Amino acid sequence: MRHVISALVQNQSGVLAHVAGMFAARGFNIDSLVVGRTEDPHLSRMTIVVVGDDRVLEQVRKQLAKLVPVVKVRDFADVAYVERDLMLIRVTVSPQRRPEVVELVNLFRGTVVDVAMDSVVVMLAGPEDKLEAFIDLVRSYGIAEMARTGVIAMSRGQQKNAAAKEDS
Amino acid sequence: MGKTTKTSGKHKASTGTYTGMSGAEVLHQMLLDEGIEILFGFPGGTVLPIFDVLYRSPIKFILTRHEQGACHMADGYARSTGRVGVVIATSGPGATNLVTALATANMDSVPLVALTGQVRSTLIGNDAFQEADVTGITRPITKHNFLVKRVEDIGRTVKEAFYIARTGRPGPVLVDIAVDSTVARLQSEPDLTANLPGYKPTTTGNLRQIKSAAEAINAAQRPVLYVGGGVVISGASAELRKLAEKGGIPVATTLLALGTMDERSPLALQMLGMHGSAAANYAVQDSDCLIAVGARFDDRVTGNLAEFAPRAKIIHIDIDPSSISKNVVVDIPVVGDARDILGRMLELIKAVDRSDWLEKIAQWKKRHPFKYETEGKIKPQEVVARLGELTDHNAIIATGVGQHQMWTAQFYGWRRPRQIITSGGLGTMGFGCPAAIGAQFGNPGATVIDIDGDGSFCMTMVEVITAARYQQPVKFVVLDNDYLGMVRQWQEMFYGRRYSAVSHPCPEFAKIAEGYGARGMKVTDRSELDDAIREMLKHPGPVVLHVVVEPEENVYPMVATGKALHEMDLGKLA
Repeated sequence: MRHVISALVQNQSGVLAHVAGMFAARGFNIDSLVVGRTEDPHLSRMTIVVVGDDRVLEQVRKQLAKLVPVVKVRDFADVAYVERDLMLIRVTVSPQRRPEVVELVNLFRGTVVDVAMDSVVVMLAGPEDKLEAFIDLVRSYGIAEMARTGVIAMSRGQQKNAAAKEDS
Repeated sequence: MGKTTKTSGKHKASTGTYTGMSGAEVLHQMLLDEGIEILFGFPGGTVLPIFDVLYRSPIKFILTRHEQGACHMADGYARSTGRVGVVIATSGPGATNLVTALATANMDSVPLVALTGQVRSTLIGNDAFQEADVTGITRPITKHNFLVKRVEDIGRTVKEAFYIARTGRPGPVLVDIAVDSTVARLQSEPDLTANLPGYKPTTTGNLRQIKSAAEAINAAQRPVLYVGGGVVISGASAELRKLAEKGGIPVATTLLALGTMDERSPLALQMLGMHGSAAANYAVQDSDCLIAVGARFDDRVTGNLAEFAPRAKIIHIDIDPSSISKNVVVDIPVVGDARDILGRMLELIKAVDRSDWLEKIAQWKKRHPFKYETEGKIKPQEVVARLGELTDHNAIIATGVGQHQMWTAQFYGWRRPRQIITSGGLGTMGFGCPAAIGAQFGNPGATVIDIDGDGSFCMTMVEVITAARYQQPVKFVVLDNDYLGMVRQWQEMFYGRRYSAVSHPCPEFAKIAEGYGARGMKVTDRSELDDAIREMLKHPGPVVLHVVVEPEENVYPMVATGKALHEMDLGKLA
């Protein structure tokens, strides 16, 4: 099972290494890990996708919360949330067949950010399943290169009964 | 929680201005504010400015012969007193020499602060002379660590380090300090307020959980208390005893918690686990309510996890939420300080008549006590038992790791917590000698004995020089069986007696001791043993007593890998 966790951490050097090191040492299966700035200059937000059952998830939450630079941990398990991943993907395609690929890009509401003689680079953002669907569709043309940011997530607004599980 | 710190009040807290002080002077002032009376360590290039300040300091500095020895010494000091141990080492190899000892302290939750020098901040990352990525290397083996590059950050960081080391679940904290920051002078007042928004240890147990737990205990027919090192750290031994006695609940302890229960009590089951007593293991496996306090369900204790305490409802009282349901899913978790929780639970516990259960336990204790023979060569178990008897079970005992450690746990006869000073979680050979010296520094006037194995003793015996130099009357009893005993036992039991690399012929420890400035004694015959021990205890300085013992003795009981606790091999105890 796939779980998305978000952690607020102190914005200091070494914190990313600390968290990554803890995951490695504990043998947790991490699908993606993203960290970036927040509205508070002293805090960064880390979004982690973990693969495992509920017991694994509980340990991941607790071990994260235990780390001194980690201020707060949120688990999106039982909450409605929005998740996005951003991808740049280089699809090999001849000029003759390029319109087919462009049509796919438009259908997915992506953007072509680079055009070359034998390839295009497409930028696509969305939940993981949307990105996976696009990749499947362009695979037959040829994928030369792919880079993804990893997932970031945020709970949907004002929901009285569904507060995300929080640890600090 | 804060119970692991005691400020002596001997040194004046800082009252004046810090402006103009060098980083080293600020660091020193922070140590005085924390009430630090003793430091262990070894100098070097990047800590010269710090040592220049220590030259005029009222804080006692103990120069060891190796940084590992210094850190184990600070550890033994901390375990035996409850105070924070402090060690100083230089950059590069000085700091890397601390690694084993930091990992040892980390596994057993010992409050330590390690101060290491680091190369000039502008040179970091350049492969400079005696540079190492110490924060990278020690991150997985410390509770937390810091790298300080500016003089403005030294004061606050050191304060934070001590706070983290001694609160919540204690642990070693390392502060790596770039040398230029200790030379630079403060141009203005620094901000000394701790900035740890992510660190808020829970100490007060939730009342509803406490009530749930008490109800479950009162309803139980066959309860067992499973007590770990957290009870020692919390200072909860009195509360534990009261609760056990009020409820009539038998108590099994881990290696680190030996002494939290007086072993003379009919409720005492002694140690449980891989080499624990038959009574403790049978009791746990048969219990219908297991009350774990300050323990973490370590694999040395549980045996085969799937078959651990199969009939028991499990209550887990612990200060570390991540320990709860980590290995064993528990029924009633209670997060918080052991002393707080046991204290509040006491009035809710009823005195229930469980005489059938207690009778069953008394039978197990009677049928399979720890025992040894007294024919032939001196038995290692016998030496431990004699030491117990002749010290009135009152000494502080440090050990190395291996068979001798297990026999010490089984045969000494424990009366109070903080008596046993031993590496449990990491199992570090060589811990005993320096840790005993650290315990002696922390307990002047007390009888401190390192009961060691020949393998372990050889690793750090050089610190006997330190004991002699500082006139610390530690007694080092080396049980010499010519083997790396525990490994040999496994090779006998599981590898068809193929004794690979365990033959360990020893030098003349007594002669070496004399060379080191201590008294050396050697005993080979049973008839000499008691007198030698008495003479050793009477001697006003450090003594190394080399006892030649039976080479092929095994530790029993033994729960082999993959077996459940009740499937222990009782060997000679059957």
